[in-house]
Amino acid sequence: MTADRTGPGPAPEPGVRKPGALLVLDGVRRCFGGIAAVHVEHLEVQRGTITALIGPNGAGKTTLFNLVSGFDRPDGGRWTFAGRRLDGRSPHRIARSGLVRTFQLTRTLARLTVLENLLLAAPAQRGERLSAALFAPVWRGQERAHRARADELLVRFRLDRLRDEYAGTLSGGQRKLLELARALMARPQMLLLDEPMAGVNPALAQSLLGHITQLRDEGLTVCFVEHDMDVVMGVSDWVAVMAGGRLVAEGPPATIGRNPDVVDAYLGRRHDEPEADGADPRRRKGR
Amino acid sequence: MDFSAVLADAIRSGIGPIAAVFAIAAMGLNLHFGYTGLLNFGQVGFMLVGGYGLAITVVTWGGSMWLGILVGLASALVLALLLGLPTLRLRADYLAIATIAAGETLRIFYRSGWAEPTTGGVFGLQRFAGDFYALNPMPPGRYGLWEVRFGARDLWVMLVGWTLVLVIGLLLALLVHSPWGRVIRSVREDETAVRSLGKNVYAYKMQSLVIGGLLGAVAGMLQAIQVQSVNPDSFDPAVTFFLYTLLVLGGAGRILGPVVGSVLFWFVLTFVDSALRQAIGAGIVPSDVISTSEVGAVRFALVGLALILLVAFRPQGILGSRKEMLLGDR
Repeated sequence: MTADRTGPGPAPEPGVRKPGALLVLDGVRRCFGGIAAVHVEHLEVQRGTITALIGPNGAGKTTLFNLVSGFDRPDGGRWTFAGRRLDGRSPHRIARSGLVRTFQLTRTLARLTVLENLLLAAPAQRGERLSAALFAPVWRGQERAHRARADELLVRFRLDRLRDEYAGTLSGGQRKLLELARALMARPQMLLLDEPMAGVNPALAQSLLGHITQLRDEGLTVCFVEHDMDVVMGVSDWVAVMAGGRLVAEGPPATIGRNPDVVDAYLGRRHDEPEADGADPRRRKGR
Repeated sequence: MDFSAVLADAIRSGIGPIAAVFAIAAMGLNLHFGYTGLLNFGQVGFMLVGGYGLAITVVTWGGSMWLGILVGLASALVLALLLGLPTLRLRADYLAIATIAAGETLRIFYRSGWAEPTTGGVFGLQRFAGDFYALNPMPPGRYGLWEVRFGARDLWVMLVGWTLVLVIGLLLALLVHSPWGRVIRSVREDETAVRSLGKNVYAYKMQSLVIGGLLGAVAGMLQAIQVQSVNPDSFDPAVTFFLYTLLVLGGAGRILGPVVGSVLFWFVLTFVDSALRQAIGAGIVPSDVISTSEVGAVRFALVGLALILLVAFRPQGILGSRKEMLLGDR
């Protein structure tokens, strides 16, 4: 694994500064009717690492993703990605800057083929301009290159057999893979994965984790939301814990489980509220 | 009962100028609804501003036909922007509400007494297509085969109309099979996903709305030219629903869907109309059951029945793929 896991990393405390931070959040706040769904004072995501964002249901993890990716408007705060301010930008501009997200419920384009799903994501396509669309020679060369890259990704994610099928015919697990492949087609610097393992069988979950680790090893930065603690421990280099919209703890996975703040805010919740759905990793796996 | 006359009537209508007009307008609607997923319920409004743009320029302002065509297209562009700017950022339903209201508002506005000095009010405007017919290379007379015959003027409109259908069809086929078309079709499937991949969905929806609206204006101008007249009440909201009917009939999201749909729609509509009239005339259907004055309404009832059967047994339309349609039902 990477040096971060063995070497002396950043101190395990919420809002800690990290060397080579790619995404930096400051005072990001989102209220729904007076209740602060998200209020993160400071969070940095280190370049080239896998960061897990965990927390019980309703902790504000997905809301934070929606804010950072531009799909929701914050009530305050700012964030920079690779040194550029991204707050107030529209989702497509954030994606173009290299910060690409996926969704908890997969959003495959049902009546497009698997290949077309990937081709759509390729950035800066000449043929996407209306003025150039009618003149195939302008974009044909670029399209051919995109096709080659899409085919590579399809082989990598074992979707090559399904290349010309409508994406709507894919199974749930295949859709997860397709969405990950499609996000990569957009040539991101950083991926925001919203519960990539939700509703996926254990074998496929392992394969997805393998893909994510491999992407990290290739230099990609990954941040994912998850509430299954076991998954988080195995794969992440760093864990950030949210509860009640706030960042309550941060640290390497080996120590985060022992952090009393996490036990209070996350695991402790289980003992206080045994019926709290999803807060208990064992119950969730049993389903 | 004269079956050959019924068949000739139906064929004449199916390949006639109005079928070409509806095909062009429905091709625009197909880009909106079939490819981009935009619910435009006011395509007739684009036809109206196109037809009136031409008529007003020539009759009221004394301009040339060519200037009139430009004015008609420019009006459709402005209308598309006015409709799109406030609604395309919102959910699909809002465009539907805005367009259906705009179509009807335009019709009422153009027929109002206030607008009468410019638009001719309820009387509309007449005789503005002289330049168009002056270009007709065919000498007067009747042309055609068997009992299917057209006058030189209608034939000239048909020639121009079906040529436009061909050219527009080719351009649209190139467009939807380009990367631009891929974005458009993706927006139809899930615009949030498209946005998350770095595409400016709003701009694409606007481009689609403008192009389809321009096609509506072209159809409106051709219709105005064909009858040498524009009248507000010929731009009834029902026109939009006929367009949807023939689009579903032919197959939405297929380049030739609206063309096949328009030909078939007018063929069947006229066939039923003509056959009923013949049957009443020959006493097969007693005139106290259906009188000739009621045929107009009855044919639509029968077309409605045919549509219900179509939706029940072939919901994807004639050219559509059933597999693809089922996937769309998320």
